[in-house]
Amino acid sequence: MATYTPTTPIDGIGDGHKPPVPPVGGGDDGRGNNLPDYGARLRRARLGLICAIATVCMVFISLTSAYIVRKGLPTFDDASSSYVHDWGVVRLPWLLLAINTALLLVSSATMELARRQAARQAALAPVSSIPGVSLGNERSFPWLGLTVLLGFGFLAGQWLAWGELHNGGFYMNTNPSSSFAFLLTITHAVHLAGGIIALLWAASASLLHRPVEARRIAVDITAWYWHFMLVLWIYIFALLGFAR
Amino acid sequence: MATPVTVHAHAAPQGFIRKYIFSTDHKVIGLQYYFLALAAVFVGMFLSLLMRIHMIWPNTVLPLVGEIKPETYLSLLTMHGTIMVFFVLTTAPQGGFGNYVLPIQIGAPDMAFPVLNMLSFWTTFVGFIVIIAAFFVGGGAPLHGWTGYPPLSAVQTAGPGEGLGADLWITSIAIFCLASLMGALNFITTTLDLRAKGMILMRMPLTVWSWFITAILGLLAFGVLLSAGILLLLDRNLGTSFYVPLIVVNGVVMQHKGGSPLLWQHLFWFFGHPEVYIAILPGMGVASQIISTFSRKPIFGYKAMVYAMLSIGFFGFMVWGHHMFMSGMSPYSAFAFSILTMCIGVPSAIKTFNWLGTMLHGHIRFQTPMLYAIGFVSLFVSGGLSGPFLAQPVLDIQLHDTYFVVGHFHLIMGVAAIFGIFAATYYWFPKMFGRMMNETWGRIHFFITLAGTYAIFMPMHYLGMAGQTRRYSQFTEVAYQTKLIPLQTFMTYAAFITIAAQLIFVINLFWSMFKGPKASDNPWEATTLEWTTSTPPPPDNFGGKTPVVHNGPYEYGVPGAPKDYVMQTDPAVAAAGH
Repeated sequence: MATYTPTTPIDGIGDGHKPPVPPVGGGDDGRGNNLPDYGARLRRARLGLICAIATVCMVFISLTSAYIVRKGLPTFDDASSSYVHDWGVVRLPWLLLAINTALLLVSSATMELARRQAARQAALAPVSSIPGVSLGNERSFPWLGLTVLLGFGFLAGQWLAWGELHNGGFYMNTNPSSSFAFLLTITHAVHLAGGIIALLWAASASLLHRPVEARRIAVDITAWYWHFMLVLWIYIFALLGFAR
Repeated sequence: MATPVTVHAHAAPQGFIRKYIFSTDHKVIGLQYYFLALAAVFVGMFLSLLMRIHMIWPNTVLPLVGEIKPETYLSLLTMHGTIMVFFVLTTAPQGGFGNYVLPIQIGAPDMAFPVLNMLSFWTTFVGFIVIIAAFFVGGGAPLHGWTGYPPLSAVQTAGPGEGLGADLWITSIAIFCLASLMGALNFITTTLDLRAKGMILMRMPLTVWSWFITAILGLLAFGVLLSAGILLLLDRNLGTSFYVPLIVVNGVVMQHKGGSPLLWQHLFWFFGHPEVYIAILPGMGVASQIISTFSRKPIFGYKAMVYAMLSIGFFGFMVWGHHMFMSGMSPYSAFAFSILTMCIGVPSAIKTFNWLGTMLHGHIRFQTPMLYAIGFVSLFVSGGLSGPFLAQPVLDIQLHDTYFVVGHFHLIMGVAAIFGIFAATYYWFPKMFGRMMNETWGRIHFFITLAGTYAIFMPMHYLGMAGQTRRYSQFTEVAYQTKLIPLQTFMTYAAFITIAAQLIFVINLFWSMFKGPKASDNPWEATTLEWTTSTPPPPDNFGGKTPVVHNGPYEYGVPGAPKDYVMQTDPAVAAAGH
């Protein structure tokens, strides 16, 4: 039970762990556009990204559990009047998928370089905005553009892989194993396409002359998302390879 | 007195569309969610009324509706369940009140991602339109129940409504999942990152805790339902066999082979049981807030309440199998699910006794919000006590798919959550609209609704124990069930009266918005941050200032204080022994 003895609040004791937030929201492009505290916005955006990644993980965990359960299920075969396993082996185009994996690996590296580049530009922005101060003609390699290209390359490679599966006689409804092969790869591709859209949005931020810090936030969280897409793809690749 | 941090305020958006339609203001979005849920609850209630009429007058031809056939009855119960669970019980407590109140209660100017917030509402709205569209397509609405068990839900020719209607049903739920995930992400980030100075976790109001935990549940559960729904859509439209075994429908052998309907049940209930807590946890938060405020006492066992909610959320993910005792589950699994389910009784009891402990020796103000909060506790206990019955596989064999289950979940999940919504409406209405609701009509509404609710749902337990099966559209053809029809008739009359009483609420709500007496900034003499700002709050919630928090959320009856309550922003009160 408390007693009413007003005490003088002492900073840092019994308070929250952060300084007060300015009276605007805006981790996304909402009312916080004019919020100068980019550090806080970046932290907030990263927190939101962690939540989004947790959700995507739950989607793939549930698909994996369905995969394992369905793989082990016996089914009644009316021809032999007995229970059999109907899980077939899909002939995946391994070489093509390996090339796609390499593309995604390289794109993850270029994405990381783009993230560091954006962070450096954001850090130097206050200096370069001082009249009379020049940082020289620093040539900045278009890592972001290269990542987008590699991302499209990965998607095109996946498209070719699905075509290869069709050529091999495997469609979505051919066998539960082919159903899952298509389902997992398409679901991953949809999520990766979301990452590409985010990258294009980040690239447009520079074209639209938005503050370099705002662009940095977009690039930063997309980069983490992109790395997650790589890990997720390696996981799917391993699942399809080792739990056939 | 600590000085709030003064910072630059931003202007409110101008223009009707930016201000009221595509607004990024959490308060407007909260109200949008609330009114969407209000529209949905009337649709759901109307469907339940049709069902109750049909059960006792099966051959009646209703104006505009016509004769209700057995398949129509199944469509009605499917749509009633789906609309109520998703678009009312998930939408109003979290999307509505959570959106409106949470940022203000933690001293934030808005949600962390305002545009995403707007997007989640409008996605929910689209989901609602899509599910309503299922009524109007060829074949009508689906008839597979809100749980959507395959193979009925997975084969287009399995029955009327299982064609396009079922596709729209699944699409609507998938859209709702996306909206809920966006909302959950926003709630979690806002709670963790936008708290005002001094608002440490253990100073957060229990409402904030409940919305925060609910958001975590949503974040982890809706993704699973989304996956399950995609698999169902593929089975229905692309001929895959995730859920559908070798099956003959209407004499035709289907192309599916080897799928497992149990796979859907596992995935669905992994979402479905946490969904129960998604519906009820915000009500627990609201009840805690109101009972403390109107008892003029600190909440009994604040930390215990927090840990109880956390453990309810945790256990919520461990017990999905208790919905499947009748599905041929291994007895060992059933035992594990049974024990874990009964474990939830412990934190639930902690919460109940803490609510009672808070009221004990309190100077209780029996105003409408308090009445509804007490009603919530009553329904939570009444509905909750039948839970341990159903948690035991041996008893569940008898009670499964009977009216006992219908009575149980309507009391604990349905009406208790609705009472939470009513309590929250009467409590925060002054803050939302700047006026007071009519107290007399509020009390009349409460007593009729409480009595009506018990009159409708308590007899269901007896019906269930007597063996009356759920989902049957008529009882007249089954000899032992015809003897139970008088009780069904009583329940239908009770439903008429209870639903009619809701008009009192609606009239009171809209009349008070425009004609109610003006509300002060803190009409209930409460302590949390929303009562420190003006009524209704300015666009940035605190008029260009950020509050600094020094006290816990329930400092009532502090010895020596000039008033019987100390606001969270008042100078810090010293704990006993200082």
